[in-house]
Amino acid sequence: MRVARVACAGAIHAAEPQQLADGRAGVRLTDGRSLAEDEVVWLPPLEVGTVIALGLNYAQRAKELAFSAPQEPVVFLKGPGTLLGHRGVTRRPAGVNFMHYECELAVIMGRSARQVRREAAMAHVAGYCIANDYAIRDYLENWYRPNLRVKNRDGATVLGPWLVDAADVPDAANLELRTYVNGKLTQQGNTRDMISDVPALIEYLSSFMTLSPGDVILTGTPEGAVNVEVGDEVICEIDGLGRLQNTIVGDALFGR
Amino acid sequence: MPLHPCIAVTMDVPPYRLSGTVYGALLNHRTALQALGDAAHRPPYNGPPQAPVLYIKPRNTLASDGEPVCVPPGIAELEIGASLGVVIGRPSCRLSAGQALEHVTGYLIVNDVSVPHLPYYRPSIPFKARDGFCPLSARVVPCSAIADPNALTIRVYIDGELKQTATTSQLVRPVAQLLAEVTEFMTLSPGDVLAVGVASPAPRVRAGQRARIEIDGLGRLETPVVAGAA
Repeated sequence: MRVARVACAGAIHAAEPQQLADGRAGVRLTDGRSLAEDEVVWLPPLEVGTVIALGLNYAQRAKELAFSAPQEPVVFLKGPGTLLGHRGVTRRPAGVNFMHYECELAVIMGRSARQVRREAAMAHVAGYCIANDYAIRDYLENWYRPNLRVKNRDGATVLGPWLVDAADVPDAANLELRTYVNGKLTQQGNTRDMISDVPALIEYLSSFMTLSPGDVILTGTPEGAVNVEVGDEVICEIDGLGRLQNTIVGDALFGR
Repeated sequence: MPLHPCIAVTMDVPPYRLSGTVYGALLNHRTALQALGDAAHRPPYNGPPQAPVLYIKPRNTLASDGEPVCVPPGIAELEIGASLGVVIGRPSCRLSAGQALEHVTGYLIVNDVSVPHLPYYRPSIPFKARDGFCPLSARVVPCSAIADPNALTIRVYIDGELKQTATTSQLVRPVAQLLAEVTEFMTLSPGDVLAVGVASPAPRVRAGQRARIEIDGLGRLETPVVAGAA
């Protein structure tokens, strides 16, 4: 099953995918209403707890950034203000040189996990969604790198469109990831190339912190993250999880 | 995300409860930057921070006054990171330093516990985000009761003995300026807490000891230290 959270006509609803009578992709709300994709406001598909993100978790990506693969997972955290739903807009500040998307498999925790071994880890996963975890490299400094100014900007961590049940993703370790900018394929990878796979990440993280239902692990991005400009449409796609759309906008929309 | 119901923090001013999100500012106390000395100018850092360097104390770290913190197996000591915590009252985006304090609803004591670590090049989640590593004092003191957040003395006692005296007058970025620079790139929400900076050297504790942090006007925060299960 796949479920979205959408706002529609004054309330927040759970929504499932449904093809409309005219052939367009749409959603069906729990109360029976059917609507087109653009007739609802898409929110992150769950009420998110702690957001844990991985850096350099694909070997080719680490190489692209001129780092050797890390000995221990490079982990950083994100706050709630950075989250954004499907079909939203993300601001590119004027004057920056390098803002890029990162298509990532997001793992949604279902059961509380503390000191869980990798063999048992997958039983703690509720499901998956797509993440597009933007970064602005201009702001990188070498303190707790990558810091919040780079990775925790308002509306710069896109989640969705659906929370897809773990039961419907038979092998999370073999999913193709693709990013398209204005329709052109710019990033491609496969979750099989993660340095630390999902069970390893759950084992590692739960060795020092309790993971709770609703916590989200962003598992890193493969190579091919390129600069985006105002007006670009960015679509991140993962096999079986759908297509996550975002548009880059400029400062003017925010009164800057 | 709501604060875990077992975290007991009384708050009699809007928004009447914490959001559960706690941020901290690295190296925002002059003594902390001074302790690094020339190293801050050398690789891997190549210079002191240009913008506020923040970290997050996630919900699993939050703990109440009096709740014990565990020393993980194989670790000898923990650092007691005594900091003033600023509690946000109103949505805060792009504040000017002049208006920033109007968005503060109150203050509390934050014990930003860490496993001692260097360098600060990569985010130090395994050292700072362990369960119970962020005790908060029992009550948010309204901002009306604190005349100047940049003139508060912080004292840390270990087993009753005074181990550290610091003051918020030594912040690299004073409270209003820090809020202005942070909200330039991210919005803070009502009930969010920002720990404004830990002085160096932070006192260390072993299992069996007891830490107490006092900040002028904010009361005290007690944290017993126990050995963690293997």
